[in-house]
Amino acid sequence: MVYIGISFGNTTSSIAAPSKDGSIEVIANPDGERAIPSALAYIGDDEYHGGQALAHLIRNPQNTIINFRDFLGESYEKVDPTLTEKSAKAQDLNGSVGFEVSIGEDKEALKLTAQEITVRHLKNLKAAAEDYLGKSVEGTVIAIPTNFTDAQKKELNSAASEAGLKVVQFISEPSAALLAHTSVDDKLITDKTYVVADFGGVRSDAAVISVRGGILTVLATAHDYELGGDKLDDALSEYIAKEFEKKYKVDPRKTARSLAKLKDAAILARKTLSNVSTATISIESLAEGIDFHSSINRLRYELTARNVLNQMTDFVEAVVKKANLDVLDIDEVLLVGGVSNTPKLASNIEAVFPESTAVIAPSTDSKATYPEELVARGASIQASLLENFDDEEIAESQSPVIINTQHLTKAIGLVGAEGEFITVLKQESTYPIRKTLTLNSPKGDVLLTIVEGEATVKETTLEPEAPEDDDEYSDEEPEVIKEKLYIPGKKLAELAVRDVTTDTLDVVFNITKEGTLSVSAREPRQGSVPFKGEVSHD
Amino acid sequence: MSLPSLPANFGAENFKASAKYSAPVRRPVEPVGRYFLAHASRALRGHTWSEYEKIEAEKNVATVDETDEDADLGDEEQSEELLSHDPRDWKTADLYAVLGISHLRYRATEDQIRRAHRKSVLKHHPDKKGEKQLGQDGFFKIIQKAYEVLMDPTKRQQFDSVDEGAEVAPPAPKTSYDFFEAWGPFFEAEARFSKKQPVPQLGGLDATKPEVENFYNFWYKFDSWRTFEFLDEDVPDDSSNRDHKRYVERKNVAARKKAKTEDNRRLLELVERAFKEDPRMKLFKEAEKKEKERIKWEREAGARAEAEAKAKKEAEEAAAKKAAEEAAASAKAEAKKSKEAAKSAKKKNKRAIRNAAKDNDYFGDAAKAEAIDADINLLIESFDDLVLQDVASKLNGADATTAKSTLEAVAKELTASGKIPASILTYFV
Ligand SMILES: Nc1ncnc2c1ncn2[C@@H]1O[C@H](COP(=O)(O)OP(=O)(O)OP(=O)(O)O)[C@@H](O)[C@H]1O
Ligand SMILES: [Mg+2]
Repeated sequence: MVYIGISFGNTTSSIAAPSKDGSIEVIANPDGERAIPSALAYIGDDEYHGGQALAHLIRNPQNTIINFRDFLGESYEKVDPTLTEKSAKAQDLNGSVGFEVSIGEDKEALKLTAQEITVRHLKNLKAAAEDYLGKSVEGTVIAIPTNFTDAQKKELNSAASEAGLKVVQFISEPSAALLAHTSVDDKLITDKTYVVADFGGVRSDAAVISVRGGILTVLATAHDYELGGDKLDDALSEYIAKEFEKKYKVDPRKTARSLAKLKDAAILARKTLSNVSTATISIESLAEGIDFHSSINRLRYELTARNVLNQMTDFVEAVVKKANLDVLDIDEVLLVGGVSNTPKLASNIEAVFPESTAVIAPSTDSKATYPEELVARGASIQASLLENFDDEEIAESQSPVIINTQHLTKAIGLVGAEGEFITVLKQESTYPIRKTLTLNSPKGDVLLTIVEGEATVKETTLEPEAPEDDDEYSDEEPEVIKEKLYIPGKKLAELAVRDVTTDTLDVVFNITKEGTLSVSAREPRQGSVPFKGEVSHD
Repeated sequence: MSLPSLPANFGAENFKASAKYSAPVRRPVEPVGRYFLAHASRALRGHTWSEYEKIEAEKNVATVDETDEDADLGDEEQSEELLSHDPRDWKTADLYAVLGISHLRYRATEDQIRRAHRKSVLKHHPDKKGEKQLGQDGFFKIIQKAYEVLMDPTKRQQFDSVDEGAEVAPPAPKTSYDFFEAWGPFFEAEARFSKKQPVPQLGGLDATKPEVENFYNFWYKFDSWRTFEFLDEDVPDDSSNRDHKRYVERKNVAARKKAKTEDNRRLLELVERAFKEDPRMKLFKEAEKKEKERIKWEREAGARAEAEAKAKKEAEEAAAKKAAEEAAASAKAEAKKSKEAAKSAKKKNKRAIRNAAKDNDYFGDAAKAEAIDADINLLIESFDDLVLQDVASKLNGADATTAKSTLEAVAKELTASGKIPASILTYFV
């Protein structure tokens, strides 16, 4: 049984599967693309897929279909027609959204709904995976946005099965990305609060996810359909157009073909500038037969794209607010999606979070997984986990009785010897849960005070370092570093542990499904007797 | 991390519960990852769920909000008139209404404008109009213009400067209206043009004088960013007629300047009018007058008290003087009376003494009556008041012997003290 993970974006799709050594691999299509453009083109009798299809946008836009994923299960009324302004236009096909292309010698009209296009797209992805794996693929975990509607899931499900892929489970894109990120070194066992920010081609999505005891809970989400790589392309295209106009006094925005060429050049330049500091721009016959050759450096590009990049940062800040959290509460920001390769995006986001928050992107963390691959990898991780379960178990595991679980609204822990709060269970911990920790202990009788944690913000002012050279003028402001600290709050109970002879105690916090918290402590030696007690909730 | 020792006074109990932990919240977890699957298999193993448990599990679940995030934009429809507005005259269209946010106008945030634009595009994109309306994308052009203008801070200011939809008219003069209800919204709306923000607002009848003064001071010196470029006549872009082009440009600059001056004057006049009509100014004046009077009254209180005290003192002195005089007079009278009484008592005593001999038949010495009377007269003349009184009382009702011996004793005393020479007495020696 082979299950693959699929990330299905409006702009690109990726497939991933476990390799022979068990690690997850993102599979390239025969053209070597791992971020495979979600595009199909119909030229003559041939169907083109991926990058080959996208190449037809310039010469044959009306027969090239792109940006169709979000049209699944939607009515035409809700569709953003600008998404298909420069390609085969979305239209109303008997209540569904579809496209019309012409095929064959006779330019016969072929009408395809978004669902049908998706079938063809998934067939291509499946073929690429099977080609690479040398095995037939039966099932898949497909990642979808958190706000995909039931109607959308239904259409995607039917499309997959028509393509010969059983959808074993839908998984939300941010959770898939987080699974992939945390799979390295089993980071999932550390309780952290994440922002997963996904900057794609036509939309941006963000989610605040808490990980407690390895279990993920989405605390807030945000979506912006006017923000993404396309907007960066527009800004850069406009810059190139102006340069061209200045030089040749010809407006290169007059024809669809010139516009497509501008966008093509912009994408290429943007991607290049993610890795190096200058990119050459070279467009053949941009307008009126004039070629354009120029170059742009990263700084100029960042200036050109400033507005859009700032909106992206605002977008990340907004989702934190939406979760009723502060930037200080966020342990890591995981950047996902192709645009997250942009260094300036990552550094802008770093600037709005405290130093204690790690921003994960290629430019800030050389070990970071490629942001455009995270979702497919996560889907594949889930797919391989599910190989051990049968359909019924998988369905049941997603039922409300299993999924809807209680979450702590306050951290619970102990008071340490210095009067400090020792976190045992963080806020948003889900239960049932069992947490064990070993604490240093005095000999004799020991006190365990079980309390809730109260958050406080600690501010430390760092004086600027004195300039080494006396003549050098230093305009550095003293830096104020804020951190969130927890102190003991409401006292829940006290537990005495008597006649301790060891240097440490093993402490266990356990909350049952019904919500009873039991705390027990015992010496870490064979045959020691635990001291314990129970606390219930309001 | 270390644990503390048990305090000595903890007692014999091993566990003391003092409070419950805060109520939890039910949220859906993501059905992903190996820890979740482990949890699910544990929970599912050999367990079937009762209907009750299934129902309970779906109750009070705090799910993430994925609802329509454009609720703040409302669902404003465009009027037929606006929809058929000539795109060449886009400048005369209500650009906020074009994007369906005429209820927000200058208050709309950039994000709201972005979302409103998207909503309008979804609805009015020419691709959505079908074939029969091919080429009828006039309104869509206006949408794009509106978006372009409203997303550009400079252009937006130019449009907001002349956005009639945002204007709030001042109350018509010479009509009756509630001052605050009529002027409040006017100033609120006008405040959008202020370079300095926040702008002090009109407030109510209970505003303090400094507040009101601050308000008018601010508005008299209102620094407005309002500009009138948006009303420019289009500058012809054909280079053939340079003079005409320059002429139009100059005309525009002049028109802008004029409009700006007029606008400043308009506002100043209205501020002045409001100031004049402001009922609080009258109240403050009245209050001030009262206060002045009070202060004056207070200031004069010293003098008044002094005069009062002086008058009081004078009256008191006069009264005292009068009383003293009266007392003196009465004392004099009294003295006179007592003097007279004494005199008459003396007379009476003298008479009694004088008569003592005669009344006692001159002690049997009637023959010596003349000598006795002469001696008694001498004695009486030499008596002082005390002795007189003393002798008179002793003689009062005394018999002959007592009277004679009393007189003899007194005569002896007087002669012994040398007050009377013994030689001049003839009988009582
Ligand atoms: N190295 C890179 N540097 C900058 N941008 C990149 C890079 N690689 C891809 N992109 C951009 O990322 C975008 C595509 O991202 P991604 O593949 O994550 O989108 P998607 O998930 O398919 O789209 P959507 O989220 O809109 O449905 C495109 O705009 C592309 O130009
Ligand atoms: Mg995406």
